[in-house]
Amino acid sequence: MNPRFLSRRSTALAAVLLAAVLGSTTAQAETLRWARSADASTLDPHALNNGPNHNLLHQVYEPLIIRTADGKLQPTLATSWTLTSDPSVWEFKLRKGVKFHDGSLFTADDVLFSLERARSPSSDMRSLLVAITDVVKIDPFTVHIKTSGTTPLLPDNLINIQILSAAWARKHGVEAPQKPSAKEETYATRNVNGTGPYTLVTREPDVRTVLRKFPGYWGTGLFPLPIDELVYLPIKSPATRVAALLSGEVDFVQDLPIQDIARLRADAKLRVNQAAENRTIFLGLNVGAAPLTYSDVKDRNPLADVRVRQAFQLAIDRVAIQKAVMRGLSVPTNIIAPPFVHGYDKAFGAVGKTDVAQAKKLLADAGYPNGFGITLHCTNDRYLNDEAICQAVAGFLGRAGVKTTVVSRPLAIQTAAINGQDTDFYLYGWGVPTYDSAYIFDYLVHTRGKNARGATNATRYSNDAVDRQIVSLASEGDSKKRDATIKSIWTTVQKELIYLPLHDQIQTYAMKRRFDIPVNPSNTPYFKLFKLAEK
Amino acid sequence: MPLLFARRLGQSLLVLLAVSFIAFLVFRHIGDPTISLLGEDASLADREAVIAELGFDQPVAVQYLRYMGNVLQGEFGISYRLKRPVVEVIAERLPATLELALIAGLLAVAGGLVLGVYTAIHREAWLSRALMTLSLVGVSLPTFLIGIALIYIFAVELQWLPSFGRGDTVALGGWSTGFLTASGWASLVLPVCTLAMFKLTLIMRLVRAEMMEALRTDYVRFARARGLPEKRIHYRHALRNTLIPVVTITGLQIGSLIAFAIVTETVFQWPGVGLLFINSIQGVDVPVIAAYLMLIAALYVVINFLVDGAYLLVDPRLRRN
Repeated sequence: MNPRFLSRRSTALAAVLLAAVLGSTTAQAETLRWARSADASTLDPHALNNGPNHNLLHQVYEPLIIRTADGKLQPTLATSWTLTSDPSVWEFKLRKGVKFHDGSLFTADDVLFSLERARSPSSDMRSLLVAITDVVKIDPFTVHIKTSGTTPLLPDNLINIQILSAAWARKHGVEAPQKPSAKEETYATRNVNGTGPYTLVTREPDVRTVLRKFPGYWGTGLFPLPIDELVYLPIKSPATRVAALLSGEVDFVQDLPIQDIARLRADAKLRVNQAAENRTIFLGLNVGAAPLTYSDVKDRNPLADVRVRQAFQLAIDRVAIQKAVMRGLSVPTNIIAPPFVHGYDKAFGAVGKTDVAQAKKLLADAGYPNGFGITLHCTNDRYLNDEAICQAVAGFLGRAGVKTTVVSRPLAIQTAAINGQDTDFYLYGWGVPTYDSAYIFDYLVHTRGKNARGATNATRYSNDAVDRQIVSLASEGDSKKRDATIKSIWTTVQKELIYLPLHDQIQTYAMKRRFDIPVNPSNTPYFKLFKLAEK
Repeated sequence: MPLLFARRLGQSLLVLLAVSFIAFLVFRHIGDPTISLLGEDASLADREAVIAELGFDQPVAVQYLRYMGNVLQGEFGISYRLKRPVVEVIAERLPATLELALIAGLLAVAGGLVLGVYTAIHREAWLSRALMTLSLVGVSLPTFLIGIALIYIFAVELQWLPSFGRGDTVALGGWSTGFLTASGWASLVLPVCTLAMFKLTLIMRLVRAEMMEALRTDYVRFARARGLPEKRIHYRHALRNTLIPVVTITGLQIGSLIAFAIVTETVFQWPGVGLLFINSIQGVDVPVIAAYLMLIAALYVVINFLVDGAYLLVDPRLRRN
């Protein structure tokens, strides 16, 4: 045969084979349709400090540090962070070669700008940054953050503070988050320019938000990043959300009603993951001196007597609530902190046995041999099976002679009551984004309204010594001393029983079998981190 | 006529003012207005500052006058939850609700008329009896349950139709329509059936009762005696005279189709003003709630006006006055 003919033929054959091989390995665009109960209210990352907003914005924006599902801090826009020789100054080294979605480069100027924006009066992230006094640029990729006193936990407070591009923000007039009384919307409400793995394609609030993989992302190659297109679909009705997953219209659902989880587990086409959530559910009690408003005892406050509180504690059967109300999806606990929070102690968290006889005796000793009546204020749209939990609690207290009336209402009204101290006995839940007990003490134990703390403490508990201990935690540099103080505060809280812890919630995700998204305790999955199940 | 018109206009304005004032009285009791503006861990001082900034610490009368003052200047404020102008948000969602209500209304009226006439004329036919029994189901089952059942049968089990959303929409100027895409029509089927079910059975029973009444009257008997064909008697004479009560009920029902598509929109995640309203109540989004309530009041007033006008068309006796 003619050698030239042979070589052309073999070249052609080689080309065909190559095309076939390439064709079979060309990946198809992976789309993940993701459903939750509520939409993010705005795309401005400093405007509102709440779950759904952080959930969506963590895919398009990035902070200096993130906390992964196993609780560890992971370098993101900061590569390392240490205390300098001055214990009130942190040094953060920043990542080089990071691009924003508009192509501009990330530098220390953006960090300075973003932290100042997050500390501005109209930012809702302010409370996490109160310790910061100044942020200084040392060089384009190093910043020093100065705090008042020593702040060992500063990195933990930065996990939800997203970094914006200073130039982009100035160009579009969004140097500050939108004020509540604003007359116009700001550019950042519907527009995004972050460093995150996904860019914004379309945004229709309460309908659909479409994100696409950012080709210039610094983490390409470092993270699995299996999803090319992310479609966020808020579906308010829980039944419809589950139906959409069952019919295949949605690939991943985060907010699942407890009664449907068994059915989803039984479906071979679906995968169900669950893990402990960073949220404890508990009951708050009015322990103040004044008589109660929502009780039939008019001349004094029965809850002010610690024996009455102990009686409540002994009457409520947390394990029964776990079995019957939560269908196994809760972890009974005796402390208002999840186990991974610094300061948690197994001894505090251990749930004791119920003892109705002893409860009745304690009530009689306290002067209520026939019990008394009280109203339990409950939410019906916030925590998993919240209303059912309250009904169960009412039943348990009734066994001991306390006639409990459950009044359940939406979160908006419950929040108003707790903020205004207009309740005597209430169900509440609390998460700890900083993974440290001080966060719990600041909001739930410290006297309300003093030292800018105690905002959600409706128990009327006020102990000056404990307040001083709590304030000291913010600036105590000696970790041994600090831990001892934390233990001392918990000992007091556990003894006083101003809160009756019930359980830690278990969060469940359901998805199509080919995805395997682990449950993140903060309920914010990072889509760049998970791998697809097959292949 | 102009005097009549002016009087009706005055009455309508009074209704709007009354509705808006009652709404403001209610706002004190729907919960914490900062819930959409501040996270759970905002400080007390921040919360009080925001409440003062928005004027919620003022007495109701002062808040109301300030709000109405702004409304008269065309300023409906910014949504607390969505951080966008209220007018823009409502205008964006209105096409979805109007399209849903329009198709559901057409289905309910057309279906109700046809079935009502059939069951009135052929009272003893087995189909009539079956329809009457089924109509009891339509009247007594709550909308929510009908919606979930339809989703379960047609979306989860048979997988013929989508379970939520509006499908792909096409933007015609400021109006986003689902009528121009296949997925838009597919998404309309289940919500329309859910929303129209109650109205359809109501209209059907009403038309049937009125028609049966009309067929018993003297003039129909005389028309038969004269030898007029049955078809002419039924449609040219009897049906026209049954229309007055039907028009009244239908008119009011159309208003309620738009106002109370809330449940259907929530079940099907239909992005209309009903779902917006529910989300706003949960988020204590006072500007949106106030604007929505005033919009619905205005809608009812206009519909009432048109219904009264329609009487003049249907009943020649009124025209002579």
